[in-house]
Amino acid sequence: MATPATAGATMTLDDAGNTLRLAGDWTLAQFTRLQPQTERLGKRAAGRRLDLSGIQRLDSAGALLIATLLQQGELSLAQIDGASAEQQALIKATLATLRPVSHPPLRRWSDFLHRVGQASMELLDQVRRLLGFVGQVTATLPGALLRPRRWRLTSLVHHIEQVGLDALPIIALLTFMVGAVITFLGAVVLRDFGASVFAVELVSFSFLREFGVLLTAILLAGRTASAFTAQIGAMKSREEIDAIRTLGMDPIQVLVIPRLLALLVALPLLTFIAMVCGILGGLVICAMSLDISPAMFLARFQDTFEIRHFIVGMIKAPVFAMVIGLIGCLEGFKVSGSAESVGQRTTSSVVQAIFMVILLDAIFALVFQELGW
Amino acid sequence: MSGSDDLVIQVRGLVNQFGSQRVHDGLELDVRRGEILGVVGGSGTGKSVLMRAIVGLREPDGGSVRVFGQNLQALPAARRRQVERRFGVLFQDGALFSSLTVGENVQVPLREQYPELDGRQRDMLSDLKIGLAGLPADAADKYPSQLSGGMRKRAALARSLALDPDILFLDEPTAGLDPIGAAAFDQLLGTLRDALGLTVFLITHDLDTLYTICDRVAVLADKKVLVNAPLHEVEAFDHPWVQDYFHGPRGRAAQAASSRQPSTPAAQNETRTPPL
Repeated sequence: MATPATAGATMTLDDAGNTLRLAGDWTLAQFTRLQPQTERLGKRAAGRRLDLSGIQRLDSAGALLIATLLQQGELSLAQIDGASAEQQALIKATLATLRPVSHPPLRRWSDFLHRVGQASMELLDQVRRLLGFVGQVTATLPGALLRPRRWRLTSLVHHIEQVGLDALPIIALLTFMVGAVITFLGAVVLRDFGASVFAVELVSFSFLREFGVLLTAILLAGRTASAFTAQIGAMKSREEIDAIRTLGMDPIQVLVIPRLLALLVALPLLTFIAMVCGILGGLVICAMSLDISPAMFLARFQDTFEIRHFIVGMIKAPVFAMVIGLIGCLEGFKVSGSAESVGQRTTSSVVQAIFMVILLDAIFALVFQELGW
Repeated sequence: MSGSDDLVIQVRGLVNQFGSQRVHDGLELDVRRGEILGVVGGSGTGKSVLMRAIVGLREPDGGSVRVFGQNLQALPAARRRQVERRFGVLFQDGALFSSLTVGENVQVPLREQYPELDGRQRDMLSDLKIGLAGLPADAADKYPSQLSGGMRKRAALARSLALDPDILFLDEPTAGLDPIGAAAFDQLLGTLRDALGLTVFLITHDLDTLYTICDRVAVLADKKVLVNAPLHEVEAFDHPWVQDYFHGPRGRAAQAASSRQPSTPAAQNETRTPPL
């Protein structure tokens, strides 16, 4: 009786000699074809001898099949004929690795519930850790602020440059363009009522109260929160944070405080620039396509300007700065060993920071409305 | 056992430079079939660069590298990849894919080169390699970050064995392991070489490794391979670095330890031809 031959590798049951003859290339390339055959043979291998003299090439995949044959038939190495010393050694080493292994089953539908639960718990844990971190920083901040020697001036200036100065061109350009677009859209609607000139109020009002600070905060949430997470995360994964601790320093004071202070300085300044550029964008559009000259624009702006709008906008800046800085730094500390986790935490920090900025902005809007500002 | 048939790697006149700094200048090296070649040299002598040049990760600035008698640089890309498939490489830090479990790591090359294997067959093969590398069975479902340093080295070894390579390149496999773990790794390497008929290119700083499993030792210094010979010849070689290295306090200790264990792998190697 012969089992079907495969190209290059064969397995023949020789009932007369009570042997199982293997021949050809017993290699990884033949594994897919040979594996089901050896499995089908099962217990029929019991009590026979294995003749390997026909085998030309044998690698560990082939040896694995021979080892499973031995195991299925409860045979020992002594029942193998015609194997070279190396083949014997290989089969012996392979036989030693055969052990019951149970891999956990792949995904099941109930895993869905498990993941929902896990995600919910993670969310709760995240909120708890953020609050804890806020507390930790709040406890450290006054002490650091009161002692100017602890300000780490070099680090602070470096971060102000990175967070503030380097972001200046993109914020200026972006708000200029948004200002222009809003003015243009507003003017199109207002023209139908013959009230094109109200476009000036529209752009100044929206940029002073909302867009200046919101656009700046969203940009910095993308640009700075991610940078903070990546910087601190890389340090965490290389055990630099632990090194800071063992050298008797406080990582919050060394890493977090300078970054937070830099954001607290830079974000309000950038907000101011954003307001100016947004209104400037409105001015340019008014002059170019609405027949409102820059002189007229400025006169109208001066007439309608109210300082409370500016204050409402500016008051939000330090709050957003704190939120962005805290989330960026905390996510950095959450990084665990692998490089992959730096990427995950960076994504999470940007998403969280933008989410929190918009959420807080909405809360501010409600509060100011109630206050009648 | 001689002649160019037995030379699996022939490096001739190799030049490697970074900017104006020459790391290798006319370097020559032979690796014979079935041997474990230890490559030693001080820090910065370009041991890893040599390995990268041989496996094709770095285009040399001059000279040639012949593997299995074929000049790799001259081969078309597809043929070259075929040759490179016969390499197994273990990087210094393991370079396991951190987002995959150990089992999945081992299955990556199988999945890529043998798409016809089904999931259970791949599991069988990866369990085999994990077992051969001396890891416990439950390691297959763990992520690299959950393993200790020694286990990660073994997991990386399992992955480099996935396609039954002919040549295994190891970059400081025992660095950072405790002496027991390092000795066990040496032992494992010897066993695997004998069972799988591997040729091993082993970069190491570990004198004990040199004395226990290496058949020959190549010393890199002065931008060249100073000497490539069995250990007792290398020890006698007249060069200040070689003398310091083998006859310093650590060298003498390793020598003393190895003379207490009479088994020399070189002797076993004489009679053996690899199953190919």
